Amino acid sequence: MTNAVEFENIDVIFGDRQAESLRLLDQGRTREQIADATNNVLGVANVSIDVPEGEICVLMGLSGSGKSSLLRCVNGLNSVSRGSLRVRAGNDMIDVTTCDSTTLRNLRRKNVAMVFQQFGLFPWRTVEDNVGFGLELDGMGPTERRDVVREKLALVGLDQWAHKYAHELSGGMQQRVGLARAFATDAPILLMDEPFSALDPLIRNRLQDELLDLQEKLNKTILFVSHDLDEAMKLGNSIAIMEGGYVVQHGTPEDIALRPANGYVADFVAHMNPVNILRGRAIMHRVTKDQRNSSGIIAIEDEGMRITVDNGTVQAVHSAEIGDLKLIAYDGTLPTDLDGTDNSVVFVAQDDVLLKDLIDMRSITQNPVILTREGKISGTLGRKEFFDSLT
Amino acid sequence: MEWLTETKLPLGQWISSLMNSLNEHADFVFYAISDVLEFIIENTTDFLLWLPALLIIAGFAVLATVLHRSWKLTAFTVLSLLLIVNLGYWEETMQTLALVFYASLFCMVIGVPLGVASAHRPWLYQAMRPVLDLMQTIPTFVYLIPTLILFGLGVVPGLISTVIFAIAAPIRLTHLGISNTPKALLEAGESFGCTPRQLLFKVELPSAMPSIMAGLTQCIMLSLSMVVIAALVGADGLGKPVVRALNSVNIAQGFEAGLAIVILAIVLDRICRRENSQTTGQ
Repeated sequence: MTNAVEFENIDVIFGDRQAESLRLLDQGRTREQIADATNNVLGVANVSIDVPEGEICVLMGLSGSGKSSLLRCVNGLNSVSRGSLRVRAGNDMIDVTTCDSTTLRNLRRKNVAMVFQQFGLFPWRTVEDNVGFGLELDGMGPTERRDVVREKLALVGLDQWAHKYAHELSGGMQQRVGLARAFATDAPILLMDEPFSALDPLIRNRLQDELLDLQEKLNKTILFVSHDLDEAMKLGNSIAIMEGGYVVQHGTPEDIALRPANGYVADFVAHMNPVNILRGRAIMHRVTKDQRNSSGIIAIEDEGMRITVDNGTVQAVHSAEIGDLKLIAYDGTLPTDLDGTDNSVVFVAQDDVLLKDLIDMRSITQNPVILTREGKISGTLGRKEFFDSLT
Repeated sequence: MEWLTETKLPLGQWISSLMNSLNEHADFVFYAISDVLEFIIENTTDFLLWLPALLIIAGFAVLATVLHRSWKLTAFTVLSLLLIVNLGYWEETMQTLALVFYASLFCMVIGVPLGVASAHRPWLYQAMRPVLDLMQTIPTFVYLIPTLILFGLGVVPGLISTVIFAIAAPIRLTHLGISNTPKALLEAGESFGCTPRQLLFKVELPSAMPSIMAGLTQCIMLSLSMVVIAALVGADGLGKPVVRALNSVNIAQGFEAGLAIVILAIVLDRICRRENSQTTGQ
């Protein structure tokens, strides 16, 4: 897999005594000590992250953790004090810490676009002219521009609003304009600096969904800054959690949720709602590789269940208390003919099903849920796994 | 205390001899400037007077309608200008209009670039501030004398004095507008790849435009407030009848000419003023 952005040992210090501050940093001084000694502010310290193409990487942390500072290095809005930051431009990787201003400008025009927390729309321009801004800078003519702008506005569902001014639109719509503006240049890398934080929760949720839908279509590389772990978990393929300028943990959402690296991360995780993030395969009891490809019977001792499989495919399930159980394949919705509890059924679901849906299934039957991948059994989810995941 | 007053610093003499030497050695420069400016302004005045008064009034009416879409303003403009014609001050009004137009033009042409430059270079603004303060606070008569000596009697020393007096407003307001460009907008501009020039023309200047326009209206008002002073050094216009009225204690004439100045001021102010409903940043 090729990387779109590579951070290598990035330090960012704000202030005019860079060398001195870096020396203090190397001596292991904290941000406060550096500020006391030099009056400079440590923004980012020793960050190394690779962001593969087509991935959404969320930089996450409290305010002052350095997440925005790090993001803004990618397009040179902040300058890097030390380290190497390479950004993909076609087949080349451009090091933004050393490139000249023309190269940086071209990178900003063609390869990296940005979406801002406060939208950053120009109030004297119409929606249409805001979206076309990047193209205009690059010298594209007005007629050609209009076509692209219309297309991008249609993408975010605002094609009826092209001639309005930004302030005539609601917050959610303004940020859609911001998105369309970032899409307009067809830059493959998107920097999003807390784009949804200024919006109310309902709109925020909707825009997150829209972003995920658009990402399916457009397949950008997105660096997304957020202070909300639920948002990070929902959007991110990977999450880098930052504290005091350092990345304290970088991993998949499940890594973060299930194996927090330190107390700071655990604190975040404790305050998030796991049901929308955790997937069955992260919390299930895995069957062994042999069992997955075998034919015969897999026993789950503590639930008193025996699963008959044929080359990994679930054939029948037998419960010691009830006898043979009725198999129900879960396809995203619960069958309507079941109401209340019915312990004579057992659900079989894909193992990427969300914990939220697993809870729905468990509300109907006490029996473990059987999880499959590509048609073959991959694990089971009994009482024990459930409670472990929720605590 | 005597030691303090014993030897007077020849401050006034320095300025005076500087003026004298300028006048002796560089008078051709000032006369050339004076001739060119006088030629331009007088021709403009002649042109304005050649046009029928009603046509000019109609022009103002159209301008008011197009810019503001308010029939009240249009009606006010037409009626008040007709009043000036009726009072018999049309010629003087056109002379004043030409003077104010060129004074404001020079102020903006010099002031806006200076305001932009000083907003980008804090040291320049620091250096300019005392000069701007000086130009705004020093009594007008003080520099009226040297401009009179350098440029001779007539409309040009009036114009120069007016520019000196009024130019601080557009400089300060342009500086204010440019330096108050929201950081978020500057970053948006940069992040999409603005060159410094594009940043100025596509982000900073549009963002500062309300402030710059306020500078223009202020400049016009300040220029109008100078017409009586300009008349003292021989500039034609509405100032002249006021000065004459003062000399002959003519209440009627003074009031009428003064009213004409006020009318011109209000009309220009209302037409140039932009409604600030449209472009409020975030």
